[in-house]
Amino acid sequence: MSGLGAPGALGALIARDIRLALRQGADSMMVIVFFVLVVVLFPLGVGPEPAILGRIAAGVIWVAALLAAMLSMDRLYQTDHADGSLELLVLSPLPLELQFLAKAAAHWLTTGLPLIIAAPLLGVLLNMRAEGYPVLLAALALGTPSLSLIGGVGAALSLGARRSGVLLSLLVLPLFIPVLIFGVSAVDAGLTGLAAKAQLLILGALLLGAAALAPWAGAAALRQAAE
Amino acid sequence: MHRFVNPIRFLKLVSAVQPWAMGISIVCLIAGLYFGLVVSPADYQQSETVRIMYVHVPAAWMAMFCYSALAAASAVGLIWRHLTAFVVARATAPIGGAFTFLALATGSLWGKPMWGTWWVWDARLTSVLILLFLYFGYMALEGAFDDRARGMRAAAILAIVGAVNVPIIKFSVDWWNTLHQPASVVKMDGPAIHASMLTPLLLMAVGYTAFYFWVMFVRVRAEFNDARIQALRLRQSEA
Repeated sequence: MSGLGAPGALGALIARDIRLALRQGADSMMVIVFFVLVVVLFPLGVGPEPAILGRIAAGVIWVAALLAAMLSMDRLYQTDHADGSLELLVLSPLPLELQFLAKAAAHWLTTGLPLIIAAPLLGVLLNMRAEGYPVLLAALALGTPSLSLIGGVGAALSLGARRSGVLLSLLVLPLFIPVLIFGVSAVDAGLTGLAAKAQLLILGALLLGAAALAPWAGAAALRQAAE
Repeated sequence: MHRFVNPIRFLKLVSAVQPWAMGISIVCLIAGLYFGLVVSPADYQQSETVRIMYVHVPAAWMAMFCYSALAAASAVGLIWRHLTAFVVARATAPIGGAFTFLALATGSLWGKPMWGTWWVWDARLTSVLILLFLYFGYMALEGAFDDRARGMRAAAILAIVGAVNVPIIKFSVDWWNTLHQPASVVKMDGPAIHASMLTPLLLMAVGYTAFYFWVMFVRVRAEFNDARIQALRLRQSEA
C-alpha cells in the first residue's frame, strides 16, 4: 500500500473487503435471505390480517434489519484475525481509526445497502401503506451505517472470545436500541401523516456521533486484540 | 491516585477502610429503614406505598454511581495500565448490576399501585434496562477470554462506550415527559421534598454507598488473594 497514500490505501481496504464479500457471495446473500426469512415469519406468527401487519410492519422490518446486521458482524474481523492480516493492519502506518471506518463502510456496503434495497419488497409483503416507504428508506439509510459502526466496536471487542456470536449480540443489541426507537418512530410518524423530520434528524445525529466516537473505541479494541 | 495503585498499598488502605464502610453501611441502613418504614409520614396521595421510595430511589442512584465508577476505573486501567483499577472495575460490575435490578424490581412494584402497570416503555425505564444489559455485557465479555488480562481490557473498552448511557438516564425524565417523575431531590433550587422524607432517603443513600464500598473491598481482596493462591500453586507445581 506504500505507493497509494492514505485515501488510496483506505479505498484499497474497502475494495478488498467488498471483493472478499462478493467472492464468498454466499455470506452476503445469506444475510439478505435471513432478513427476508425473519420478516416472513411474522405474518405466519402474528396472523395474516392486513391491518395488524400494516401497523407492525415498520417495527418488524427494523428488528429484522438489526438482527441481520448483527449476524453479519462477526465475520468483519474474524477472518482477518485468524489469518494474521489484522496484525498487518495494526502495524501499518495508516491510523487504525481510519481503517476501522473503512471496514465499517465496507460492511455497510455489503450488508446495509442490500438490506435497504430489500426493505421495500418486505414492506409490500407486510402490507405497509405507501406513505411509509420514503421515510422507511430514509430512516434505514441514516440508521444502518450507525449499526455497522456500533457493531464494528462489538465485533472488535469480542474477537477471539469463547462463544463470540452470542456474546456479540449481548454487547451490541442494547447499543442498537436508540437507532431502533427513532427508526421505527420516524416511519410511524410518516404513516400517520406527521412530519418525520425530527426523528430523521436524531438518526442523523446518532450516525454523526457514532462516526466520531466508534472509531476510537474500535481501534482501541483492535489494538488490544492484536497484542 | 498513583500512590494507591500498588496492590500492596491498596490492600493496606482497603483493610483500613473496610470495617468503617461495613459499620456505616449497617448503621445507616438500619436507621434509614427505621425512619423510612416507621417514623416518616405516609404520603397524602400515595399513602403507604411511598415507602418503596426509600429502597427504590437510592438503588437507582447507586446503579448510575456504580456504572460511573466502573467506567472511571476502566479508563484509569486502560490509560495507565493499572491492574488494580481493572480489579476494582471487575469487583464493581456485579454490585452495580444488583442495584440496577433492585431499582427496576422495586420500581415495577411501585408502578403497579401508582401507574396501574408493572412496566411502561418510557425513556427512564428503557434506559435503565439498557444499563442492566450493559452490566451483563461487561460481565460476559470480561469472562469470555482464556487470557484474563485480555478480557479485562476488552470489557473496560465496553464500559467506557456504555458510559454514554449514564447522562441519558439522568436527563431522560427532562427530555421526554412521561410517567416517571422528574428529579425532586437533586435540583438547582433545593430539594422539593420534606425533611421527614428526605432524612431516611439520604440515610439509605449513604448506607447503600457504604455497602458498595464494603462489598467491593471484600471482592477486591478476594481477587488479590485468588491471584496469590494461583501463584503459590504454580510455584509449588514447578518445584
